[in-house]
Amino acid sequence: MQQTLEPYLAEHPFLKGMNSHHVELITGCAENRRYNPGEFLYREGDEATHFYFIRHGRLAQEILRPQKGGIVIQTSGPGDVLGWAWLFPPHFRNLDCRAVELTRVLALDGVCLREKCEQDHELGYEIMKRFAHLMEQELESMRLRLLDIYGNND
Amino acid sequence: METTIEHNCEQVVNNNHTMTPTIYRVEKNRRDTHDTFTLHLSPEDQPLETVYEPGQFNMLYAFGVGEVPISISGDTTEWPKLVHTIRAVGSVTNALQSLATGDSIGVRGPYGKPWPVEATKGKDIILVAGGIGLAPLRPAIYQILHNRESYGKVILLYGSRRPLDILFRKELEKWRSRLDMFVDVTVDSSDRNWNGNVGVVPRLIDTANFDPIDTAAFVCGPEVMMRFTAMALNKRGVSSDNIYVSLERNMKCGVGLCGHCQMSNQFICKDGPVYTYSQVRETVLIREI
Repeated sequence: MQQTLEPYLAEHPFLKGMNSHHVELITGCAENRRYNPGEFLYREGDEATHFYFIRHGRLAQEILRPQKGGIVIQTSGPGDVLGWAWLFPPHFRNLDCRAVELTRVLALDGVCLREKCEQDHELGYEIMKRFAHLMEQELESMRLRLLDIYGNND
Repeated sequence: METTIEHNCEQVVNNNHTMTPTIYRVEKNRRDTHDTFTLHLSPEDQPLETVYEPGQFNMLYAFGVGEVPISISGDTTEWPKLVHTIRAVGSVTNALQSLATGDSIGVRGPYGKPWPVEATKGKDIILVAGGIGLAPLRPAIYQILHNRESYGKVILLYGSRRPLDILFRKELEKWRSRLDMFVDVTVDSSDRNWNGNVGVVPRLIDTANFDPIDTAAFVCGPEVMMRFTAMALNKRGVSSDNIYVSLERNMKCGVGLCGHCQMSNQFICKDGPVYTYSQVRETVLIREI
């Protein structure tokens, strides 16, 4: 399995520039998963054990509103990397994540990877740099949406 | 290009028809969304003298209320008929919204610099629209699709506030079903009944498939959205010289005479509204204007 996953991870833009040894370490924590439409990957309050490289399909991150159902905060699609709660204590999810359509992902075991990062701080730094960039992009998107630019106040 | 009010005055004096509205009749007033509607207009007698180009605008006069600049949203091949898509946000646009079939409306135009649809033949084209910004881009889309073989990839990325605010939904679906065009839509927020993208429109640029070195981008929407979109296109390698934006300011006369739409040394109504991003990148960041 790892032999088939490593080339995908090595060429993924998220891991661009990472040395082959580190990619190999990461691949050791990866597995293929498939989710059917409507299936939840995790729910708010769950322990955050994994993050995901989306290969196909679409995932929606949602917040549940009492008696009103879920409101979709953001969707992610092929090529996107999803989930950083596994990196930060107390490692719990604060959103639901649902497959909007048939979705294939590489699921990375964050518990496994955290241990490897503790043993190899260079790997930890490379991982943290990439997630910091991901968070910067997410923050930028959220700032733009806060403006409600298509509303009547634009 | 720099123009002056004196120079524009001479032009207006030499052409005394410039400020006189032409009478059009409302053929149809179609509601698009809760606050947006489309007027289909036919000339009552003589049409506007000039055939319009994609990206240009007309001054629409609701008699007794006032005039507003509105981009043309129809197909240029249907001239002399005119199509305008309007968001009801003030007294004049609310008056226009209440027009019924057969009612009269005054039209002056067409004004402004168009999208460079002809000049960008041979390139990949990426059209990025936000909110009602899809309306000024629609004539460009029609013209590109009429000459589809003259362009490389054609990509339309559209961002809206909510699914129910999506403009021209049927046409988006029609364009999406074409094999020679890629269309992607995103909304800022939604409930679970929406199966499409949720997020800002610049995010769609990250995964769009085009050749950045030989791509022209036409971007239209709120100015903040256009700035972020231009940044995302720059990140993908599209030069600011190949990014075209349509600016909106307080246009009143439409001929560079009154100065209401002046931005630095430009009259948006006459020198714009379409500019390359490299022409306006510094200016749009000046806080005083």
